[in-house]
Amino acid sequence: MTTPFPGNLLRRPEAGALIGLIGVTVFFAIVGGIEFLYPSSVGSWLSRSATLGIVAIPVGLLMIAGELDISVGATITAGALITALVSGYYEQPIILGMLAALAFGAIVGLVNGYLVLKTGVPSFIVTLGTLFAVSGILLGATVVLTGTTSIAIKAPEMVKTMFGMYFGAGFQVLILWWIAITAAFYFFMHLSPFGNWIFAMGGDKESARNAGIPTARMTILLFVLSSVCASFVGMSQAILFQSVQATPQLTLIFNTIIAVVVGGVLLTGGFGSVIGIFFGTITFAVVTQGIYYTSFDQTWSNLVIGVLLLGAVLMNNTFRKMALSYAPKKEAKA
Amino acid sequence: MSVPILALRGVNKSFGPIDVLHDITLEVRAGEVLCLLGDNGAGKSTLIRILSGVHQPSSGSIEMDGAAVSFPSPRAAADKGIATVHQFGGTFPLMSIGRCFFVGVEPTKGWGPFRVYDRRKANAIAVKAVRDFGITRIDDGDRLVGGLSGGERQSLAIARAVHFGARVLILDEPTAALGVKQATHVLRIVNEAKRRGLAVVFITHQVMHAMAVGDHFAVLIRGAVAADFRKGEKSREEITDLMAGGASMASLEAEIESHMASHGEAAE
Repeated sequence: MTTPFPGNLLRRPEAGALIGLIGVTVFFAIVGGIEFLYPSSVGSWLSRSATLGIVAIPVGLLMIAGELDISVGATITAGALITALVSGYYEQPIILGMLAALAFGAIVGLVNGYLVLKTGVPSFIVTLGTLFAVSGILLGATVVLTGTTSIAIKAPEMVKTMFGMYFGAGFQVLILWWIAITAAFYFFMHLSPFGNWIFAMGGDKESARNAGIPTARMTILLFVLSSVCASFVGMSQAILFQSVQATPQLTLIFNTIIAVVVGGVLLTGGFGSVIGIFFGTITFAVVTQGIYYTSFDQTWSNLVIGVLLLGAVLMNNTFRKMALSYAPKKEAKA
Repeated sequence: MSVPILALRGVNKSFGPIDVLHDITLEVRAGEVLCLLGDNGAGKSTLIRILSGVHQPSSGSIEMDGAAVSFPSPRAAADKGIATVHQFGGTFPLMSIGRCFFVGVEPTKGWGPFRVYDRRKANAIAVKAVRDFGITRIDDGDRLVGGLSGGERQSLAIARAVHFGARVLILDEPTAALGVKQATHVLRIVNEAKRRGLAVVFITHQVMHAMAVGDHFAVLIRGAVAADFRKGEKSREEITDLMAGGASMASLEAEIESHMASHGEAAE
């Protein structure tokens, strides 16, 4: 049976995110002026979305599975730093630096996953621990090895084209990676059978395990995905900016959580969508970049983000209730 | 008499120094409902966990079709055809009926790494399975499970177990959280499962519900089988008295009344 278009859309997890995105875009186009929609502006907020979005999607999947990963704030720096250390400071081929960065990401993910499974401590606490542990290792090791906390790196032209180039009017090449990764995660989550397992894990872990889902392996896989994606972003930042600071990106942690929650993912797990997170990420970037186009002082942008987050959560709750109470109309009479 | 599908022979279970179950011997046959009655703390939950492979007995044996078996994990029990449905259905409120029905065994279409979840097929099979159990109000597999009534969720879980070839259905207090109408629904489904030749272990502390569907009753008191009888051998009052630990319900009522009376006067 087919349901009318608007009703069907409103019951999806991404409904609130889409409405929010349209809302803030229209708002900044009016208040900030039409320049906000010029290609150069679109390039700036999409480039910002890309950095955030590549991390936000796997973090969002973890949240759907009922876990949280805040160690990405350190892993992203780790990715950048290891690339710069191996290929900048030690002048090894760039490919070695890139592989080392991704491998380190995978290790952080494995450690997170194993600790969460073996200790039973909430993943918020476990990854808070690894966040600080990893940033401590990075800072300490960088100082010991290089004597400074900042490393320069010069990437070959071809690698720069792949990860650190601008095309068109200020579009970072990372946008293309972001879209490709979003598509891959969309397939994984919503088309392949694995997505069903992740939703089930977030809904009720014990029932999921009893239904024969390998919950332990899936949990570790999700932690590895989020850490590898974070170190991937760090790696491309190193190639783009050609200089890396050994400080964790703590605001990125909050930004990913905001993007994911605005995107309609339920904090306690079991509900959400990749497309929703995609929209949520753009919404966040539109707000942070849009403020520059208005006459407001940019210091107000955090207020807007705070209000946006609370509004989004309330709206998403409403949409979820609608989805739950939905029953085909014609049956109500029967 | 036929060989019981599932039997416990002298099963004991202790957690460290605490004995929870003593010398439990029970059997259940195809097309038969065994009602397991007992007050809170009588050991019903532990017994269910042993039957469904969550716990292993400390001593004694489990037999299926007359042969000794062991269930090292819930998965192992499920593979042998033992399905456990918990009070709230063990279902996922924010998942669609189709996805919930096929959790862990999703139907796919396509090829190799590009196999995708077949939503249409999953929804069609799930809706048909539930409707075959008489729940005709469900006709859209995209509805979220959380939007169903408690009885419908139980029915979905039972239909799911039957669809995946369960031979023994363990129902853990399926009617406890339900109103009268919803409970009737679930009892009808228990009867339907019985008619299809499943062995049902029905755990409850509501004697009325047990008497409505049961063929065989066992009352559990402090971890031991205090009474084991067949349909029609005991009255409702006798069963209630048994569950209350042997104390007659009438004497219990008298005690409460006298207590109320003496305290009522004091309050005035």
